[in-house]
Amino acid sequence: MTTNILIVGGGLSGTIVANGLCRRLDAEMRRGQVAITMLGTSNTHMYQPGLLYVPFGKFRESELFRDQRKVLDRRVPYFVDPAVKIDAEAKAVTTKSGKTFKYDYLVIATGSRIVPQNIPGMAEGAHWFYDLDGARKMRDALAEFEGGKIVVNVNAPHKCPVAPLEITFMLYDFLTEKGVMNKTEITYTYPIGRLHALEPVAQWAQPEMDKLGIKYETFFNTKEVDPAGKTITSEEGVTLPYDMLVTIPPHMGAEVITDSNLGAGGWVPTNKTKLTKEGSTDVFVCGDTTNIPISKAGSTAHFEADTIVENLTSLITENRWAKDYDGKVFCFIETGMNDGTYVWFNYTTPPNPGPPTQMIHWFKLAYNRLYWLSAKGLL
Amino acid sequence: MSERTKIDARGAFCPGPLMELIAALKLINVGDEVEVWSTDKGTVTDVPAWCAKVGHQLVETKECEDYWSLVVRKAK
Repeated sequence: MTTNILIVGGGLSGTIVANGLCRRLDAEMRRGQVAITMLGTSNTHMYQPGLLYVPFGKFRESELFRDQRKVLDRRVPYFVDPAVKIDAEAKAVTTKSGKTFKYDYLVIATGSRIVPQNIPGMAEGAHWFYDLDGARKMRDALAEFEGGKIVVNVNAPHKCPVAPLEITFMLYDFLTEKGVMNKTEITYTYPIGRLHALEPVAQWAQPEMDKLGIKYETFFNTKEVDPAGKTITSEEGVTLPYDMLVTIPPHMGAEVITDSNLGAGGWVPTNKTKLTKEGSTDVFVCGDTTNIPISKAGSTAHFEADTIVENLTSLITENRWAKDYDGKVFCFIETGMNDGTYVWFNYTTPPNPGPPTQMIHWFKLAYNRLYWLSAKGLL
Repeated sequence: MSERTKIDARGAFCPGPLMELIAALKLINVGDEVEVWSTDKGTVTDVPAWCAKVGHQLVETKECEDYWSLVVRKAK
């Protein structure tokens, strides 16, 4: 009898789970005891953190993508046929084309998506770099930018929590190099009462912004954008004028999650250590899709995927749980075009970022290439 | 009868209890509530400060054994 593992989502976490399971369960797969199938939405796999560099012309679009079937172990059938309904009771997933996939174990890794359309005027009035089309438009706008007011606006929830700071400091360096920073005013807005969710990062960022003359507005949750009047207004009652608005749009989970009544906002209630859907022992949730109150980031997805690989392997081969996810997150932080730092933390260890160095920036640049080894489950 | 969404943000360093609260409030109806649990003492001052600024109602702040529980009602 074959144990069928179905992975819904072809992003980083789903791919790491698939490739990791192929290695751990190699013998079982050869004997036909285990089969792994993946459902995705695209033939290509995108290195999402590379989007940060696109507006500055530092990353070629072609470098962002690889053929998903080449990233994935060849033993995993991959269908570009998005899931439209997940029925955890019937242990079945229905796809857009009308097919039904039954499973013994399900891994939900459907990720998150930006929803600028949820804030009036944002889609029309703002730039962003969280998808390729947005990053291209921002690159074009920056090429023409000759000075004025830039607002970098952060909304909750969003993935990659350090990206807003990175884009702000990179903008400063880019505009300085372009020779227009002396005609530019950058204002950074953040939803809570400091400049970053992580207090030590906020404590580092504030004097850095003061030193560079970057203004900031905290407790700023976007209510609306007026694209014609070029203003952005917060729920807290503050209105800022802009010539160029760069937003980190709010995010939601995948529609299949809400359509299947698996979780409000597209986030699946998930056990924070076992990474199973609450109340389930055969449905795992990975990456941005969980509702666990930790960073939605590639590294989170990576470490969660490692845990799921170990547990699924042990459950199938030894009928036991192997390990708990400890909440580990690791993020590089680009602090400009030439320096970087990093931060890591877990459920019990608070973050403690070190001073930025050029060496860490180089490590980040190296990781931009090493990512593909992570996706293959080798790193 | 208002519905209450619970967030266990104990030990959550990032994005933290207030960001989780802000995100959760976007998903509920006016009049419904979010109860957030936090081990970060700063939450006890951050959440009321934000509620006062934005106009949501702080219903309750309670110190439990090793964490704080705060309830916020969506007002608009």
